[in-house]
Amino acid sequence: MEMAKTIAEINEKIRKGTAVVLTAEEVIGFAAERGVKKAAQEVDVVTTGTFGPMCSSGAYFNVGHTKPRIKLGGGKTCLNDIPVYVGFAAVDFFLGATAMTEDDPRNKIFPGKFSYGGAHVIEELVAGKDVSLTATAYGTDCYPRKSLETYISLKDMNEAVLFNMRNAYQNYNVAVNLSDKVIYTYMGVLQPKMVNANYCNAGQLSPLLNDPLYKTIGIGTRIFLGGGMGYVVGNGTQHNPGVKRTEKGVPKMPAGTLSLTGDLKMMSPRWLRGTSFTGYGVTLTVGIGIPIPVLNEEILEYTTVRDEDIWAQVVDYSEAYPQCIPGSLGEVNYSQLKSGKITVQGKEIPTAGLSSYTRAREIAGILKEWIETGKFFLTEPVELLPSADSGIAVKPLKERPIKKK
Amino acid sequence: MQKKRVVLSFPPQMIDQAVTYKLIKDFDLMINILRARITPKEQGRLVVEITGKKPALDAGINYLREVGVEIQPLAQDVKWHEDRCVHCTACVSVCPPKALELDRTRMEVSFNKDKCIACELCLPVCPYQAMEILF
Repeated sequence: MEMAKTIAEINEKIRKGTAVVLTAEEVIGFAAERGVKKAAQEVDVVTTGTFGPMCSSGAYFNVGHTKPRIKLGGGKTCLNDIPVYVGFAAVDFFLGATAMTEDDPRNKIFPGKFSYGGAHVIEELVAGKDVSLTATAYGTDCYPRKSLETYISLKDMNEAVLFNMRNAYQNYNVAVNLSDKVIYTYMGVLQPKMVNANYCNAGQLSPLLNDPLYKTIGIGTRIFLGGGMGYVVGNGTQHNPGVKRTEKGVPKMPAGTLSLTGDLKMMSPRWLRGTSFTGYGVTLTVGIGIPIPVLNEEILEYTTVRDEDIWAQVVDYSEAYPQCIPGSLGEVNYSQLKSGKITVQGKEIPTAGLSSYTRAREIAGILKEWIETGKFFLTEPVELLPSADSGIAVKPLKERPIKKK
Repeated sequence: MQKKRVVLSFPPQMIDQAVTYKLIKDFDLMINILRARITPKEQGRLVVEITGKKPALDAGINYLREVGVEIQPLAQDVKWHEDRCVHCTACVSVCPPKALELDRTRMEVSFNKDKCIACELCLPVCPYQAMEILF
């Protein structure tokens, strides 16, 4: 008879300092040595990690009321000249990771550099730096002030909250370029005629690849986020659990995603980095670590997933991706990708990553240390995420022409 | 035999002189031009690899100094900001001389200045602005 554990029991062990915590790398060898059954009894938590560019990230702030009061909504507000979204109450606003200054040349001189944007403001704020807050407003009887220019730092604000609507993609494409000219993409610079291939996933350390069918990660799961503690809000946007999977349930293409949130004031610039993709734009590189409670043998077995068990699709970013032409040039696994070479349609291609494996490993190690030392307790998810059997599938936009009156 | 990678800066009045020819003919040095930028009436910059016997190499470099060419080791002009690097590895597949290399066990990038030819291919590829090349 299988001995199942509960999250409450694991938390009790964490409290006593007796919980056995392994990283998603360490558990592979441990289970191979002891066998799944014994490993499931002995291991309480497996920690995962990822550190990669995640564009659908941002932060909201409440900067406190000025005297006299100003209503930022309806006007224009910037942090270090980066426009923020002000369509809320008087002094709340949202800063998106990919936002850029109004006079950024973008791709006018191709390829653009995108050396500074919303993500860089987030990095500077968490580093404790002052940024400029500038605003113009239309003025009302209750909010008469029409302009504002001041320095502000994170500690001056009432609230500063990281809120990412799509993070931690479960698997991702391997990008190549079949055309005869260099292309500049969110998957990096791709040389013509498949001279290089870029991938972007932590593989065997990646959170959702260690819980492929979302049996433990759900709404309210406490996580490592940006160097602090955060929570899973729910599934991320474009959550697409119904894709092709291996026998062990590991998706063979981009599938699940997570929406995450956490107190920005607790985070660190080491784990939230402004990132510039030449010719593409600005993005935020986010550090995420998710603990997986080993509730039973099945869950332990999922965490023993290895790079060679995780397959990804090779996609042409010169034509197939931009034109939404489905299909793949071939399948490769993360062991091959990390070896530095893959073979696609008979051609050997050097590979490079965009997601830092060494930083993912560091995050899994930090989270392990937090749990072992009783600084971090697991949470029971309020609700699990829609899984492979949910029938949920990502839809493309069906355009309907707007009739002219 | 010795090998040196240097950046040669030519003052405006010198850019019409066949300095490289002199180095080859008079000093019996092997010159491999890695990069060159010559703007008439302004200045010239040449990244070269000079190979030869030590006395010849020293004499050649003395000659360059005498005629007014500024010489500095290539390594001074190339910076890998290790604190900015997150070891994403985007650079390793595009670096022709493999100056940027990946330890595949630790999955950590390292930069070997001596191998760098200042081709700048890594610049647009690094999303973290960790590479800086002053040329």
